[in-house]
Amino acid sequence: MDLLIVLQAGVATGTILLFATIGEIFAERSGVMNLGVEGMMLLGAMSAFSIAIRTGNPWLGLLVAMLAAGLISQIHAFIAITLQADQVVSGLSLNFLAVGLSLVLGEGLSKAGTITLIPSVTLPLLSQIPILGPVFFTNQKLIVYFGYLLIPLAWYYIYHTRPGLHLRAVGEFPAAADSLGVNVYRLRYFYVFVGGVLAGLAGATISLAISPGWFSELTTAGQGWIAIGLVIFAQWDPLRAAFGSYIFGALRRLVLDIQGPMMLFGFPNPFYYNPYWGFFLEMLPYAFTIIVLVIGSREAIRKRLGAPTALGIPYIRGERGL
Amino acid sequence: MAQPDATHPPENVVQMRKIVKRFPGVLANDHVDFELRRGEIHALLGENGAGKSTLMNILAGLYRPDSGSILVEGRPVNFATPRDAIRAGIGMIHQHFMLVPSQTVTENILLGLEEPRFRLQLARYDQRVAELGERFGMKVDPRARVWQLSVGEQQRVEILKMLYRGAEILIMDEPTAVLAPTEVEELFSILRAMTREGKSIIFISHKLHEVMAISDRITVLRRGRVTASNLNTHEVTRAELARLMVGREVIFSLDKKPVTPGEVVLKVEDLWAENDKGLPALRGVNLTVRQGEIVGLAGVAGNGQRELAEVITGLRKATRGRVFVSGEDITNRPVRQGIRRGVSHIPEDRTHVGSAPNLSVTDNVIMKNYNQPPISRGWILNAVAANGYAERLKKEYDIIVPTLQTPVRMLSGGNLQRVILAREISSQPTLMIAMQPTRGLDVGAIEGVHRLLLAQRENGAAILLISEELEELIDLSDRVVVIYEGKIMGEVSDGNVEEIGMMMTGIPQDAIRAGEADHDR
Repeated sequence: MDLLIVLQAGVATGTILLFATIGEIFAERSGVMNLGVEGMMLLGAMSAFSIAIRTGNPWLGLLVAMLAAGLISQIHAFIAITLQADQVVSGLSLNFLAVGLSLVLGEGLSKAGTITLIPSVTLPLLSQIPILGPVFFTNQKLIVYFGYLLIPLAWYYIYHTRPGLHLRAVGEFPAAADSLGVNVYRLRYFYVFVGGVLAGLAGATISLAISPGWFSELTTAGQGWIAIGLVIFAQWDPLRAAFGSYIFGALRRLVLDIQGPMMLFGFPNPFYYNPYWGFFLEMLPYAFTIIVLVIGSREAIRKRLGAPTALGIPYIRGERGL
Repeated sequence: MAQPDATHPPENVVQMRKIVKRFPGVLANDHVDFELRRGEIHALLGENGAGKSTLMNILAGLYRPDSGSILVEGRPVNFATPRDAIRAGIGMIHQHFMLVPSQTVTENILLGLEEPRFRLQLARYDQRVAELGERFGMKVDPRARVWQLSVGEQQRVEILKMLYRGAEILIMDEPTAVLAPTEVEELFSILRAMTREGKSIIFISHKLHEVMAISDRITVLRRGRVTASNLNTHEVTRAELARLMVGREVIFSLDKKPVTPGEVVLKVEDLWAENDKGLPALRGVNLTVRQGEIVGLAGVAGNGQRELAEVITGLRKATRGRVFVSGEDITNRPVRQGIRRGVSHIPEDRTHVGSAPNLSVTDNVIMKNYNQPPISRGWILNAVAANGYAERLKKEYDIIVPTLQTPVRMLSGGNLQRVILAREISSQPTLMIAMQPTRGLDVGAIEGVHRLLLAQRENGAAILLISEELEELIDLSDRVVVIYEGKIMGEVSDGNVEEIGMMMTGIPQDAIRAGEADHDR
């Protein structure tokens, strides 16, 4: 087992989580929690695969996936922002809707034929750097490089631009933003859309690049929930989100690779000879997600971690002033 | 075409004429006229609910008047949003600051502006904000985050926000309500600096001494109508203004009988606790309150008062230290144990902590003794007994409601407070924790609450009164203790306002006394 290969594959797998997590960071920074990430990802994976197989063009598949997930996120936006309903309930409903829709539309898709995938690229100079080169810049899917670009862009946008300032203000103290003429509702719709688009991209990344194919709900296998946990773990910061995503991606790969028939420290590998040990390992990321979500749902702790103050609270303009 | 310059003298920057504004069931403004001259500080005086804020919210573009007209610089205007008003040079600074706590001063000022277009380049704008502050004598660090600032500094940020947008007319809604006495002085000197630069200021207040101290002219409102307009401040007396404001002679003194304090009821030793953000809010508080004694706790809002009240009543965990009530250690014990020991609590938040808004008056008054006979036997609630009990309290405490089944959210602030007081006092407390018991009430209701508290004192209850109204604290309390950033700064029993004020800004009593001694030498 070559550690560099595990890490290289981990970065690729982590890219899925990266897109979904950064997307959810945008939505939550604006004050809207969207628990439908898993469903939106699945919809993205299904539509990307379906379009790519029909047209032979994976890039068109990617585009449609982003649009489809972005559009379906607007149902949640309407319920949570305009109708001011509970965001947890609405997000969960969106998840069921999107998962159901994907399974129905994706029925029989796995037997549909051959597909062109997103190509892999090795960057000429950067791949020569020791350790970093083989891990990040050798034989990675093109879309993984897009992930590298997204991290600093998202970070710069949130902390160092005027729209980013408005995004943060709308999630922290919408009444203040509103009193200065910032359109709270429009911005929240927009960032829920951004969150949907990136979740769709995450889904397409699975079905067209990282683990190609359509395997019904096993395509995403709960990674949308891990992304929601990662948002809290990342304290709503894109840089930490990148760190967390790649670590999780690497662990996921390690769990797969460690179940091979080899020797571990001179002993026969127990994860191979006793499959239950392997199942236990595969469970760990989800157990982690549950723990993070439970911890993160306590308001006092959320405040300490620096959650947007208005997260989960519908904005209602006071009828007697602001 | 109208000729504004001929009919309106140019020194009137704002003219509001025959403004009418109705809210469901209330005529908030009844044909109100108001004018503001360039470079003056014009006080708008009136009790709570007199319609001052409504009138100014109309001028600031938050509400639209039902009828009437507004002229700014002689030109008729019609504001649909606060943004329109700001564009016309009118900025309002609300009682509750509209600042994003996690962002810096400059970020808060730039929020909502067209410039910068995309990249923030904060360093450049930090410079501009600092320059603007200097021009008006306001020291604020542009890079500081708002949550790190004192309330007075936050207010300055609000003022800067409006000045940065080119405001010529500033409306200040009760600006001193949240400030310590020394901060009030600073605010006043900032306001004077602004009028020297040609800005005009409307100062909304119900505090007579402040209005007398800062304003050039005064307009008085009562129940939505103007009772006196454009009075020159130096030509009126405080008593005249009080009469115009309240509509009757006001007696400024209370009937406080001498009571000899008895045994110690509340004893707090080295108490530490955290606030909701997990930061230390109480840092080693020591305090005692004896029978028949009112101890006032003075301090600027957010210095640990709420946390102290919550720890004593069992609503918040102490991280260190002890709370004794009548000798029994009740630190971190369930709320009910405190109640059994005779602790009663008049919380700051009447509508969510002090009462259950959707429950009836009866349900709200029996909340502390619903599990005792005669109201309940075993697990059966005796509705007849409960209603009888509520009926008796209603008479005794003069609660005005259509029926006892009315949900308490329909009650006015004063009536709701009487419901809470009825519940808390009828349990014959040995210790009362009263937090902001008169906030937002009108003069008549305040008098009633004060009388009830004094009666409890004569009955031998120990009372911890937490308030931001210094006058109230000094009038009612036997001793005033000052809290600052979770520490007790000292204690005053002779009503020395100056000393209390200095302690409220964080100067310990020892330091003040030592300074005075140096001075005398």
